[in-house]
Amino acid sequence: MGRAWKFGDDISTDLIAPGRYYHLRSNLPELAKHVLEDARADFAPGVKPGDFVVGGRNFGKGSSREHAPVIIKLPGTRAVLAKSFARIFYRNCINIGLPAILVDTDAIDEGDDLDADLEGGKVYNRTKGTELAFPPLPPVMARILEEGGLVEYIKKHGDLVIGEP
Amino acid sequence: MPGKTIVEKILSRASDRVVRAGDIVIAKVDLAYVQDGTGPLTFRQMEKMGLAKVANPARSVVFIDHSAPPPRRELATDHVYLREFARKNGMVLSDIGEGVCHQVAFEKYVRPWGVEVGADSHTVMGGAMGAFATGMGSTDVAVALALGKTWLRVPESWKFEVTGAFPRGVYAKDLILRVIGDIKTDGATYMAMEWGGPAISSMPMTERMVLSNMAIEAGGKCGPQPSDAETRRYLKEHGREGDWEAIAPDPDARYEKTSHYDASSLEPMVARPPQEDNVVPATDPSVKGLRIHQVYLGSCTNARYEDIQVFCEYMKGEKVAKGTRLIVTPASKEAYVRAMREGLFTILLDAGATINSPGCGACPGVHLGVPGDGENVLSTTNRNYVGRMGNPAAFTYLASPATAAATAMHGVITDPREVK
Repeated sequence: MGRAWKFGDDISTDLIAPGRYYHLRSNLPELAKHVLEDARADFAPGVKPGDFVVGGRNFGKGSSREHAPVIIKLPGTRAVLAKSFARIFYRNCINIGLPAILVDTDAIDEGDDLDADLEGGKVYNRTKGTELAFPPLPPVMARILEEGGLVEYIKKHGDLVIGEP
Repeated sequence: MPGKTIVEKILSRASDRVVRAGDIVIAKVDLAYVQDGTGPLTFRQMEKMGLAKVANPARSVVFIDHSAPPPRRELATDHVYLREFARKNGMVLSDIGEGVCHQVAFEKYVRPWGVEVGADSHTVMGGAMGAFATGMGSTDVAVALALGKTWLRVPESWKFEVTGAFPRGVYAKDLILRVIGDIKTDGATYMAMEWGGPAISSMPMTERMVLSNMAIEAGGKCGPQPSDAETRRYLKEHGREGDWEAIAPDPDARYEKTSHYDASSLEPMVARPPQEDNVVPATDPSVKGLRIHQVYLGSCTNARYEDIQVFCEYMKGEKVAKGTRLIVTPASKEAYVRAMREGLFTILLDAGATINSPGCGACPGVHLGVPGDGENVLSTTNRNYVGRMGNPAAFTYLASPATAAATAMHGVITDPREVK
């Protein structure tokens, strides 16, 4: 279980991993100290393992920088929830083993206690006593996420065999 | 069975079977590249996977462009790692001074029918060549480099049919800003934004590139365009006519959506902060006359020779307004050398410009033009998010090189049709 950290619509990768910290990209623990800093400055110092990042529409828009989901995951963030995701960010999340969940985040308020059952496709809002269903990942992405990300997937299978007809 | 869109054709050939929108494919990769902001993570991921070897070295490129030359020790040390990895694997190295990855890739490597993946979101610019070009994260590109293939979902296509002639002072940048303003930053998420119509056929390659470049700004997966006589001319000009091959969608291709634009009805546009869809005409009271502290002519979107040329047509004999700075960063060495040889640097320097070496420069906020707190920037780049140019307390307005020139001259946002 963890708490919900609410963010608005259109959270860009520039807000998640600002360009002015470009020089920290090979020092991810240092870069993570600035994660989402320009969106809300209390997140990086306050986030705890098991917490959830809760966005609105088009979360992760902008650049391909995989450092963005990496530094969201690094403090132990359980998952990113949003109404919709930008394409590259979404794929990056799965590739690094960070669940990106499509759910109606209007039903979640700042500070709510949340839990997630990935296999069952449910987010539980313990504060409100509600549950939110989410659609399963496309099979190819589900398999990558199950293996813990694309690095683990390739280590195990040695090849990209997913998705062949 | 209906005909195929451009992406359906390319991904069918690249996966050796007939595929349609919605299919998952494993596609052969024709070109894979990284830049200095994403390359170190890509190569570390390859090492972690135990695949620290490149499948197709001659078609694998390391670009050092985002912090080039490096302003800090950490970045310079990343460059050491990138150069060494490239050398060990026989990869192509495009080092400092060569220019922005997408621009240099377009000049030298991107080809019609290719599946081109880059660890940078503006890889989509390759669509203007008649390629399937898309940006991916470091780990996906690590797999593409190591295995020479990638998995993709064949995107649905949204056809943008453009007719009419562009009025004086109006450019492809104004068209794409107008489109993004209409469909919003997530309007084309997961989709191919396919361009066509008589206005595209008669558009020079360097303008077509602007349209494909900013597909990502509407959430698009790629921005494919036909490969035609103009594509062939461009490739010939760059000494690689042999790479040319025609591609066009089938007349009965199935599109998820179709939108029509009449170029003759367009006007100069400005995207206000904090995002690219916050678009108004340059004459709108919210931007017209707005004080601008820095004008930036740079990036893969709009800093080719032709962009500098347009800028100089306006700027020739004029001075940058007092209190406004002009920073120019040509997108590639080709653009830099040609602008220099043809006397454009003289015009720029006489006007009061600062000219940087080719690369990304001020666009991604690393160096070479970070604005100060409270300052307004008018920029020919592609993004104006909070913090994009390195300072979350500054404001970026996006526009064409012509609007940038008119603005530099007057120190306030100015419609280029109002000068000369």
